[in-house]
Amino acid sequence: MLLQAIAFYLMAAVTLISAVAVVSSKNPVHSVLFLIAAFFSAAGLFVLLGAEFLAMLLVVVYVGAVAVLFLFVVMMLDVDFAALRQGFARYMPLGGLIAGGLAVEMVMVSTTVATRGAAKLNEIPMARGAGAAPDVTNAEAIGRVLYTNYVYFFQAAGMVLLVAMIGAIVLTLRHKPGVRRQVIMDQVLRTPKTGMRMVSPKPGEGIDA
Amino acid sequence: MILTSLWANPIAWTLLTLGQILLVTVVLLLTVAFMIYGDRKIFAGVQMRKGPNVVGPFGLLQSFADLGKFLVKELIIPAGADKVVFLLAPLISVTLAIASWAAIPFGPGWVVANINVGVLYLFAVSSMGVYGIIMGGWASNSKYPFLGALRSAAQMVSYEVSIGFVIITVILLSNSMSLPRIVELQAGGFWHWNILGGGGLKNLPLALVMIPMGMIFFISGLAETNRPPFDLPEAESELVAGYAVEYGSTPYLLFYLAEMSNILLMSGLMAVLFLGGWQAPWPTHYLDHLAGTPWSWLASLHGLVMLMLKTMFVLFSNAMVRAVVPRYRYDQLMRLGWKVFLPTSLVAVALVAAWRVFGPVAA
Repeated sequence: MLLQAIAFYLMAAVTLISAVAVVSSKNPVHSVLFLIAAFFSAAGLFVLLGAEFLAMLLVVVYVGAVAVLFLFVVMMLDVDFAALRQGFARYMPLGGLIAGGLAVEMVMVSTTVATRGAAKLNEIPMARGAGAAPDVTNAEAIGRVLYTNYVYFFQAAGMVLLVAMIGAIVLTLRHKPGVRRQVIMDQVLRTPKTGMRMVSPKPGEGIDA
Repeated sequence: MILTSLWANPIAWTLLTLGQILLVTVVLLLTVAFMIYGDRKIFAGVQMRKGPNVVGPFGLLQSFADLGKFLVKELIIPAGADKVVFLLAPLISVTLAIASWAAIPFGPGWVVANINVGVLYLFAVSSMGVYGIIMGGWASNSKYPFLGALRSAAQMVSYEVSIGFVIITVILLSNSMSLPRIVELQAGGFWHWNILGGGGLKNLPLALVMIPMGMIFFISGLAETNRPPFDLPEAESELVAGYAVEYGSTPYLLFYLAEMSNILLMSGLMAVLFLGGWQAPWPTHYLDHLAGTPWSWLASLHGLVMLMLKTMFVLFSNAMVRAVVPRYRYDQLMRLGWKVFLPTSLVAVALVAAWRVFGPVAA
C-alpha cells in the first residue's frame, strides 16, 4: 500500500506538472515533450487502478503514434508561438469557461463512480481493482462490455474513424500529371538481358541511342 | 518457503525486485557486449576479413575496450543544441531498451514482471523508442541529424503497424497477452510452436499463415531497430551518421547500447512469440521429475539455455542479413511496410481469427 501511495503521488505530480508545462513552456517542441510525459504518467495511474490494458493502449496509441505525429509536425513547422500568445487576455474568459465546465463534469463523474461504482453501472467487472473475479483479465472484461452492451456504439465509432481516414486520404490525394513514379515491378523484373546491351563501336563512331 | 513470505513484505519485495532488475540488466549488458563482438565477427567473416582479433583472446574483449574508449572521450555538446533534450534523448533510448526486458520470460517462472498484458507492454515500450531518436535528431540543431530523425520517425511508426498485426495473430493463437502463458502453450515439441500454427498437429494448416507472419515480424524487427538493410536513419553514405552525427562519448555509447539491446530484444521476442521461448524443440517430460525436488531450478536453467540458443539463431540470421542484403531505398522501405506487410498481416489476422472460431480446435 505504501509503495502504491508513493507511486500514485509521484505519477500524479508528474502528470500535473507536465500538464501545466505543456501550456506554459515557450518552445512548442518542449510542449509536446511535456504532453508525452503527461500521457505516460497518466498511463502509470491507470496501472495503479488495475486497468493495465487501458494503460498500455494509452501508451501505444497516444504516446507511440499520435504524439509522434504531433512532434513530427511541430518540429517541421516554424510556429511563432509569441505571435499566437498575443491574444491571451482576449481568449482567457472563454478558455476559463470551458476549463471550468470540464472540471465540473469530471467532479460529477468521479463522485458518481465513487458512490455507485463503475462496475455496478454495467454489472460487469471493468477492472480487477473493483472487486471483480480475479481470473477475468481487464482486457477480457472490456471486450465483454464492448462487444455486448455497447456493440453498436463501438461499431459506429469504428465507422466514424474509417470515414475520417478516407476523408483525410481524399483531401490530400492529388494525381499530378507528369510526375515520374517508381514502378517497383519493372525494377524487380529487370534482368541483365533487359537492362544491358552489348555493343562494339568502331573507333571514331559513337553509339546511336 | 522463506522466499514466499519475503514477497509479502513491501521492503523485501522492493529489494528482491531491485535485485532481479540489477541481475537482468548486468547480464543483458554483458550479453550485448559479446553480441556486438559476434556481430562484427560474422560481418567480417562474410567479407573474408578477420574482424576484431587484437584485444584479448580472439578479440573477445574488444567491446570492453570500446566501452573504455567511449567513456574517457570528451563530451561535446554543439553550441546551438538544446542541452537538456540533447542529453535526455540517449537516456530515454537506453532506459526504454532495458525496461522492455522486464516482461521477457527467461525460463519457467523466471520473469521480472509477470504482467497479463506483457505483449502490449513490450509493444508500448518499443513504440516509445522512437522518441530517443527524434529528440536526439531535433536537439542537435543540425541538418543531417534532423533528416535522420524524420526518416526514423516515419520508418518506425510504419513498421510498428505491421508488427502490431503480427502480434495480434500470436495473441489470437494463444488467447492470452501474457508472455509466460504464450510460451507455456507452446510446450511439447517444435510442432507446437506458434510459427507452425501453435497447438499441435491439428493447427498445422495455420503454418501457411504463421510462417509468413514470422518472416514479417523478423523483417519488421530489422526496420524497427534501424538495422541494415533498413538503416536509413543513419545511412552513413548520405546522412553521415543520421541522428547520431553530433553525438560522441558517453551519449553516443548509450544510443549504441540502446540500439544493440533492442536488436537483442527483437531476436528474443521472435524466439518467445514464434519459436517457443524457453520450450525445447522436443517433448520435455524428463523435466517433470524435477518438480518438487531441490533440483527444480535445473528445469528453469534448461529453459534459459533453450531461449538463448533460439535468440542466438535469430541474431545470427540478423547478422547475415546485415552482411548480405544491400540497403533499401526510402520509397522501397515505405512501400514494403505499407503496401506489402500491412495488407498481408491484416489478411492473416482475419484468417487466424476465422480459424480460431470455425477451425477444428475452435475456441
